[in-house]
Amino acid sequence: MFSAEEWTAILLSLKVGSIATIATLPVAVAVAWVLARRDFPGKSIVDGIVHLPLVLPPVVTGYGLLLLFGRRGVLGAFLADHLGLVFSFRWTGAALAAGVMGFPLMVRAIRLSFEAIDTRVEQAAATLGAAPLWVFATVTVPLALRGIVAGAVLAFAKALGEFGATITFVSNIPGQTQTIPSAIYALTQTPGGEAGALKLSLVAVAIALAALVASELSVRRARGGATA
Amino acid sequence: MISVAVKLARRDFALDVAFEGGAGVTGLFGPSGCGKTTVIRAIAGLERPDSGRIALGDRVLYDGAAGVWVAPHRRRIGLVFQDAQLFPHLDVATNLAYGRFFTPKAARRIETAAVVEVLGIGHLMRRRPATLSGGERQRVAIGRALLTSPDLLLMDEPLAALDDQRKLEILPFVERLRDEFAIPIVYVSHSVEEVARLAATVVRLEHGRVSRVGTPAQVLAPTAVASSIGRFEAISVLAGTVARIDPGYGVTFVDHPAGRIVVPGLLPTAGGDVRVAIRATEVTLSLARTDRVSVRTALAGRVIRVDTDHGALALVTLELAGGDRLHAYATRLAVDDLGLDVGDEVQALIKSVSIDERGIPGLRLVAE
Repeated sequence: MFSAEEWTAILLSLKVGSIATIATLPVAVAVAWVLARRDFPGKSIVDGIVHLPLVLPPVVTGYGLLLLFGRRGVLGAFLADHLGLVFSFRWTGAALAAGVMGFPLMVRAIRLSFEAIDTRVEQAAATLGAAPLWVFATVTVPLALRGIVAGAVLAFAKALGEFGATITFVSNIPGQTQTIPSAIYALTQTPGGEAGALKLSLVAVAIALAALVASELSVRRARGGATA
Repeated sequence: MISVAVKLARRDFALDVAFEGGAGVTGLFGPSGCGKTTVIRAIAGLERPDSGRIALGDRVLYDGAAGVWVAPHRRRIGLVFQDAQLFPHLDVATNLAYGRFFTPKAARRIETAAVVEVLGIGHLMRRRPATLSGGERQRVAIGRALLTSPDLLLMDEPLAALDDQRKLEILPFVERLRDEFAIPIVYVSHSVEEVARLAATVVRLEHGRVSRVGTPAQVLAPTAVASSIGRFEAISVLAGTVARIDPGYGVTFVDHPAGRIVVPGLLPTAGGDVRVAIRATEVTLSLARTDRVSVRTALAGRVIRVDTDHGALALVTLELAGGDRLHAYATRLAVDDLGLDVGDEVQALIKSVSIDERGIPGLRLVAE
C-alpha cells in the first residue's frame, strides 16, 4: 500500500511529533503557570516571545533556528561539543522545529486552564498542610488536566503539519528529516508523484482527525469529573 | 490562644486591628467589607500584612519587625471557606483524607470516624462535591479542616452561602465541634444571631478597625439610637433556665428572674441553661400589666436610659430583675405619649425570641 519511503516518512512524522510534544510539555506547563500566576516586569515581553512562532513566517522561525542551533550557531556548537546533541540536518532538528512551532499553542491552552482554576481551592490545600509542590501536583495539575491534554494534542497536530520551519532548518532528507509534509512536497515536485502525494495527504488527514477526536474525548471525560 | 495585631493597606482598603481570642468561639463580627475575611486570611497565612504580629499560643506565625513568616501549610490552622472550596476532582472520602495525609502521625488527635459521625456525612463518602447540596458541602469542608487536627479553626461565614433551612442544619454541628473537639474557633459572620449563639467573645470590626470587644451581650447591644449596630441587628442576650416543656402546645417555658419566657418549640431537657437573644425591634413596652394581648412573654423591668435624637426613634434600655439589660426600640412619639422616663417600671412584651441552646442538641432557632 505504501512504499518504503512513504512508510519512513509516516513513522518519522509520528516520532518527530511525539518527541516534540513530550519534550516541550513540561516546559510549556512551567511557562504557562508562570504566565498565569505570576506578575513580573517584562511579562508581556516573555508572553510575546512565546507567541512569536505563531505569528512569524515559519521560514523565519526555521532560519532563526538555523542561526541558533546550526553547526556554527551559538547554541548548536555548544550542544554538539558538550552534549553530542546535533540538530542540523537530523531528525532531532525536525523535532526541535516542530516543538518550537507547537509551543505557543500548547502554552495558550494550558495557561487558560490554569487561569480557570479558583486559586482558593489551592489555598485550601495549603491550609490543609500541602507544600506548594504538593498543591501543584495534587490540585493544580489535575484541575488543569483537560487544558494540558488539549494543548498537547494541538501541539502534536501542529508538529505533524509543520513544514516551513522544518525544511528551512533541516532540509528534506529522506529517512532523516523528510516528514509527511516534506514528502508530499517532494512528491508533488516529481513527475508521477501525484498518487503518492494523495495517499500521504489522506494519512495526514487521518492522523489529524484521530488526534482531534482523542483530545475531544479526553476533554469530555475530564470535564465530567472536574466540574465544581 | 490566638493574638493578632496586623496592619495592612490595599488599594481601596486599610486594616488595622488587634485582638486576642481564647478557648471556645471568638466571633469576628461586622458589616460586609469591614475586613473580617482579610483578618482570617492573614491568620491562615494567605494574606501577608504590612506589619504586626500573629501568634498562636507561644508559636509566632508572623512578626513583621523580626521578619518571621510561617507558610500557610506549616501553620496547622484549619480554614473553612464561605463556599467550601472542596477539591472537585476528588470524592468526599479523599477530600476528608487530604489534610490528614499531610498531618504528622503524632499530631493526629482527631479521628475520622468521630468527625464523620458528628457531621453526619458517612453516607456521602463516595460522592463528588458537584453532587452535594450546599449544606453537605459545607459539612464536608468543616470535616476536612478538622481532620488536620488544627490548633485553631477559622470559619469564614460558613453559613452565608446557605439558605435558612441549611443554616439550621449546620449550626448545631458547629456547636458540637466547639464542645466536643475543644478546638479554639475564630468565627467570622455578619449575622448577629450566629454570633450571639456561638461566641464567647465578640470582636466587632468596622472600616478595618476593632470598634468593640466583649461578650455578645455587651457587643451586640445598641449604644445609641443611631447605633453602629444596625437597628434590626441590635439584640439583648438574657440567661435563663428551662423550666417546663409543654408538648401539648409545643412550647417551652424558660425562667428568667424578670419573668417567664415562652419559646415556641420543644427544648429536650428541663433544668438546662440557655441563652436567649432578643432583638431590640421585637420588644414592645407597656405601662400596664396585661395578659389580654397575644404576646405571652412579659418581663418586668425599670427604665434606666432613654436615648433620643431628633429622628423618629428612641432607644429605651431597661434593667430587668436579676440585672440583665434589655433594649427596646420605640418611636419617639410613643415615648412622649406614654411619658416614659428613667425610673419608670414597665412591662416588656417580647414577640419573638431566638435561643442559644448550648449543650442542648437537636433544638432549632425559633421565632414565634
